[in-house]
Parts: sequence; C-alpha cells; structure tokens
Amino acid sequence: MFGAFDYQVVIRNLHLLWDGMQITFLLTGVAIVGGILFGTILALMRLSRFMVLSFLAGRYVDAFRSTPLILVIFWFYFAVPIVVGRPIGDLYSVLIAFTLFEAAYYSEIIRAGIQSIRMPQIHAGLALGLTRWQTTKTIVLPQAFRNMVPVLLTQAIVLFQDTSLVYVVGLKDFLTAADLVAARDNRVVELYLFTAVVYFILCWLGSLLVRRLQRQYAI
Amino acid sequence: MIEVDKLSKWYGDFQVLDQCSTSVAKGEVVVICGPSGSGKSTLIKCINGLEPFQQGVITVNGVSVGAEGTDLPKLRASIGMVFQNFELFPHMTVLDNICLAQTKVLNRDHIEAGERAMQLLNRVGLADQAPKHPAQLSGGQQQRVAIARALAMDPIAMLFDEPTSALDPEMINEVLDVMVALAQDGMTMMVVTHEMGFARKVADRVVFMDDGRIEEDAKTDEFFGAPRGERAQLFLSKILTH
Amino acid sequence: MAMKYNWDWSVVLCRAPEQAAAVTGGSGAQLPGGVSALAGGAAQTFDTGAHCAQPYFDWIVSGLGWTVVVSIFAWMIAFTVGSVVGVARTLDQPWVRRGATAYVELFRNVPLLVQMFLWFFVVPELLPKETGHFLKRQLPLPEYWTAIVCLGFYHASRTAEQVRAGIESIPRGQTYAALAMGLTTPQVYRYVLLPVSYRIIIPPLTSDFMGIFKNSSVGLTIGVLELTAQSRQIAEYTFNIFEVFTVTTVLYMLITLIVSTIMRFVEKRLHIPGTIALGGN
Repeated sequence: MFGAFDYQVVIRNLHLLWDGMQITFLLTGVAIVGGILFGTILALMRLSRFMVLSFLAGRYVDAFRSTPLILVIFWFYFAVPIVVGRPIGDLYSVLIAFTLFEAAYYSEIIRAGIQSIRMPQIHAGLALGLTRWQTTKTIVLPQAFRNMVPVLLTQAIVLFQDTSLVYVVGLKDFLTAADLVAARDNRVVELYLFTAVVYFILCWLGSLLVRRLQRQYAI
Repeated sequence: MIEVDKLSKWYGDFQVLDQCSTSVAKGEVVVICGPSGSGKSTLIKCINGLEPFQQGVITVNGVSVGAEGTDLPKLRASIGMVFQNFELFPHMTVLDNICLAQTKVLNRDHIEAGERAMQLLNRVGLADQAPKHPAQLSGGQQQRVAIARALAMDPIAMLFDEPTSALDPEMINEVLDVMVALAQDGMTMMVVTHEMGFARKVADRVVFMDDGRIEEDAKTDEFFGAPRGERAQLFLSKILTH
Repeated sequence: MAMKYNWDWSVVLCRAPEQAAAVTGGSGAQLPGGVSALAGGAAQTFDTGAHCAQPYFDWIVSGLGWTVVVSIFAWMIAFTVGSVVGVARTLDQPWVRRGATAYVELFRNVPLLVQMFLWFFVVPELLPKETGHFLKRQLPLPEYWTAIVCLGFYHASRTAEQVRAGIESIPRGQTYAALAMGLTTPQVYRYVLLPVSYRIIIPPLTSDFMGIFKNSSVGLTIGVLELTAQSRQIAEYTFNIFEVFTVTTVLYMLITLIVSTIMRFVEKRLHIPGTIALGGN
C-alpha cells in the first residue's frame, strides 16, 4: 500500500519546507506575544470598574470569539488595505489578524486567572498601603500568570495549529509550502502525511511539556 | 455467613490490612471500630469486592469473594451496603433510587419494585419523600433512604461504612434508630462506626482495629468491661469520655 | 492609484433575475460601480444602474444552509464517537484506555486543515482500489461528506476529553454505591455516571458545538460552499467587501446566539431539583 510512494520528495524539498516552517514559527511567536500583551490589557479592561472599558472589551472578545478564524483572516487581508489606502503585504495583514484574534482568547484565559486570585490576597496588598494598580501589578498578575502558564501554553499550541489557516490567502507557511510542493511534484500523499507527522510531533511534545509544567507548578 | 481469613492488602508498597481474620454469623451484629487510618473502611469494602485484596480468603454465604470465576454483581446484589456519604443518585427521585437495582439487577417489574420501595420507605418513616430528589432531603433523611435502597434488594447481610459520620449531631439518632430496629429484626450486620452507644445496645461482638490489624475481637460486654489490649483500652478511653 | 470604496449594502439582497427584476429594473451583466470587476484589474468604471450581477442573497442563504447542515451532521458524529472514546478513557482495561488516549492525542495534535486535506486527498489513495475509486469518482458531493467526517472525528476528540472530565469529576462513592447494589459496569455508566456527567459538561459541550459551526469554514479549502466561502466569492465579484463580510460575521454571531440559547434551554430542562450547581460535593 505504501510502496508506490516516493518519500524522497520530502528530502529534496526540505529547504522550501523549512522556509515555510520559519514563517509558521514567526506567526506563532508574534501572535503569542502580541496576543498575551493585548489580551492582558483586554482582561484588565473587562475587570475594571469603568463600565465603558468593560463593555468595549467585552464586545471585542465576543465578536472575535464568535467569528471563524478564516473569516477574520479574510477581513484583514481584504479590508485592511482599503482602510489604510494602499496594499499591505500578506504577512502584515495576517500578523495583525492573528494577534487581534488570539488576544480575545488569551484575554479570557487571563481574566479567569486573575479572578482566581482570592480577595484576601488583594486585601493584604491594599492593607499595606499599595494602590489598586500596584496591587494588581505586583501581587495579582505575577501569581495569576504563574497559575496560568499551562493554559497559556496549551493555547499557544492551538495557535501554532491555527497558523496553518493562512493557506487560504496563500501565505507560504509550512502547510502551504508543503501543498505547493505536493501540487508541483504531484506527490500529495507523501507531503501531506509528512506535514501531519511534523505537526503531530511538535504539538505532542508541546503538550508533554505542558503536562510536566502542570506537575511542577501544582500548588 | 461472612468469613474473613488472614486478609492482607497493600496499596503499592503500603500495607493497609495485615492478616485480618474475623467472622459474622447469621443474625449476628458485629461492630468494627478503631482510629482513623486503621483500615476498617477498607476491610468492609473488601467483603463485597469493591476493593481488591492480595492475600487471604473472604467467603460470603459460601461464595469466595476473591476467587477467579465469582460473579461479583450477583454477590453484591445479595449484600446491602450503606455509605458514609449516603451516595444516593442525585439525578433520580428517591423512589427511582430504590427501584433502580430492583428492576435492573433483580429484574422485578416496575409495579412490584415500586410497592416494595414504598413499603421500605414506610418502614424508615419517609413515605412522603418518594417523589423528591436527594438534594431536597436532609442528611439524615438521605441516609435512611440509602438504607431502604439497600434493603430493597432483600439482602442476606448488610454492611455499614461509618453511616453516621457525615451527619449533623441532631440527625444521628434517626438513622441509628432504623439500624437498631433492623438488628432487632434479626438482620446480619457488619457496622463500621464510632457510635459506641449503638454498639452497646445491639452489637453481639465488637472488633477493634489499629494499623491494619485486628487487635481485639470480643463479645460486647467483655469488650466494654475489660478489653485485653492496651490500644483498645486507650481508644475506648478517648471515645467514651464524650 | 487611490482605491475608492463604494458602499452598497443592497448588494447582499440581490436575488435571482426573476425576483430581482422588479427591484433592479432588469437583468443583465451590469457590474458594480467603482472598481472594475475584471480579473485583470484594469480600471474601468461602469454605469451604475442595476448592480446585481449575481443572486448574492441566494448565495448567502445557500452558504448558511450548508454551514448548518455540515455542522449538525459533524456534531452527531462528534457526540457519539466522542462519548465512546471518553468513556473508554475512564475504563479499567489498560489497552482500551491507551487506545482511546491514542485517538485523542492523534486528532488533537494535527491541525484541522491538515486533517481535512488528509481525509480528502490522502485517504482515498490509501484505501483499497475500488473504495478509493468510489470515493474519488462516484460519491456525490464528496467535499461535503469529507468535511462532515473530518469535523466529526476532530471534534470527537474534544468531546471525548469533556466526557472524561465529567465522569472523573463524579466522586468515587457513587460508583461504589452503584456496584454495591449489584449493577454491572455498563449499568453503572448508563444509569449513574453518564446521566450526571452529561449534565455537568453542558457548558464546555456548548462552546465546542459553537466551535464546530466556526470550524466548518475550514471546509472551504476543499470546495465546500459554506457561508465563508460564499461571502469570499461575493466579495470577489462585487468588491463590496465590508458589507458582505459584515453580514457574514453577523450571521455567525446569530448562529452562536441561537446555539447558546438552545443549550441554556436544554440545561434548564435537565436541571436536577434541589441543586444549585452540579459537580463534586
């Protein structure tokens, strides 16, 4: 069954595939960093006392969480150049799309993490004379993030898989590169299986790491 | 009726039961007491095979619990068990809780099961609670329903695992009263409990366990009058000063 | 070249010529004003009389329909397969457990899009010749069946995890009590563990259900003409990108709202009297 396939095609095109993987890593990295930063801001907005901030952040998160990622990619790919007035590179529109999209998901994780810090901790900070902001910055956030690391990492693995969707706008990430080679050399089975195996190994190792961290961080 | 012979059990490297031997004859009421961690809950869970064990032989009415071919569900259907946390099924009404095993295990038809259930609810004083769900009942009421649920299977013996330990003080007596009545009706009972008043009233024998071993196994009067072992004496003195 | 944008919300209401005749005043290939619709992109302006070149409204409705159909069928697969795998992960037999774990890990660690390609392009090649031939040539609507199967098995792995978590959150005492009455293990699951477990996991199941509707959009890569595919197509025809995508986004939000309303209703109906929230004591 597997004998008729030519797996050398993978070896021959390793450089193309590696270039694609680098784009994948880039997308993942930027979206993680941007997503967590912006996600933290959104989470703090949702938890703030100012109704306007809370409302805006809430609607933002709802909007992005009820929309498919492909549609969000299309939004930014087609719409952003119009708004800005000139064409933007594929890469930038996709980076923006991913960061803003993931920020919504990260903000929910971070919000849950912040809310898991019990009130007595906050009271202790305030009782010492710290302002609300200082308490948040020095007492709540550090503890919240420590608790959240496993969940944040799991979301990062999900993000890593989601980047494959840039296929729909033709950005040459790992999957799209594999697809191009598959089409060009007519070796669909070998390339797609290879892609699946690579993703599986990377994501599975990632999840093992998360589990190890969960044991270490367990309180 | 129930024979336990040199029962030993390990959790990994940790030994929880060490060469325990005892028995319960038909119609006898045996109380098992001891400090926490002594293995008494584990022992009673071995009797109906809920906990596996590595050494020893347990026979119930001639059937060996640990043997390879034993039909455990059938065995368990013949023994009733009452748990510390009542363990009524929250998604079913009181009536359905009592009918479930009757219909699914004993294959009684719904009407027969329902009649038997109401009979038993009457016996424990809770006939009007039949259509309610467990969460709507107090702890004492739930435990009495649990006893009725076990009795609905017409068991040859009843096992009780600390039946009143999770109850608020004012509800303990309503459950103990049901258990006393059961004992006086001649039911074979093995009861793990701290309630020494109950033991003195209806128990035929008292078994004292400590550190996974049976330290003392005597008739009730002997046990309370003059326990032989030092540990049993210590335990009694701690409990009875309440 | 400055890109001029002509707002035109009525684009989404374009029906097929018989219906549209009264509205637009005529059928015919008149193209939207503004930027040219020619593939080459040479700038040409047309007289903006009738602007409905295609029945865009019908396209949207058709896309929405396929999204719903594909998602619901996929959910049925996900729920059944996921329940079986989830239960398997809680059983005593080690090989059953490991098999179920392998399933979950396999479908969780490969991106959905890659799985979609595998099902559509690779599986027919790996199957025995006649079956592969049937799948490639004779099966009607192959993209839709593939998308349903792919989404179903993908989401089954997530459902399995939720079912497992639900079962594991039930205190052991419940299992003991059920066994002590003489119920067999299948009976314990059927009458005691699963009824409570499903109630506990309604919230995560709901959000997973919504996830299926969103993930159905991945089907567009193999040719499923669901909602996102149709909206992208309309955007390419009319260049009224904002209007079309906004309508599409609103439709997805509507789906999400309907799903969550239905599930809230289900949760109310299944609520156990006397409890405030389910779960361990």
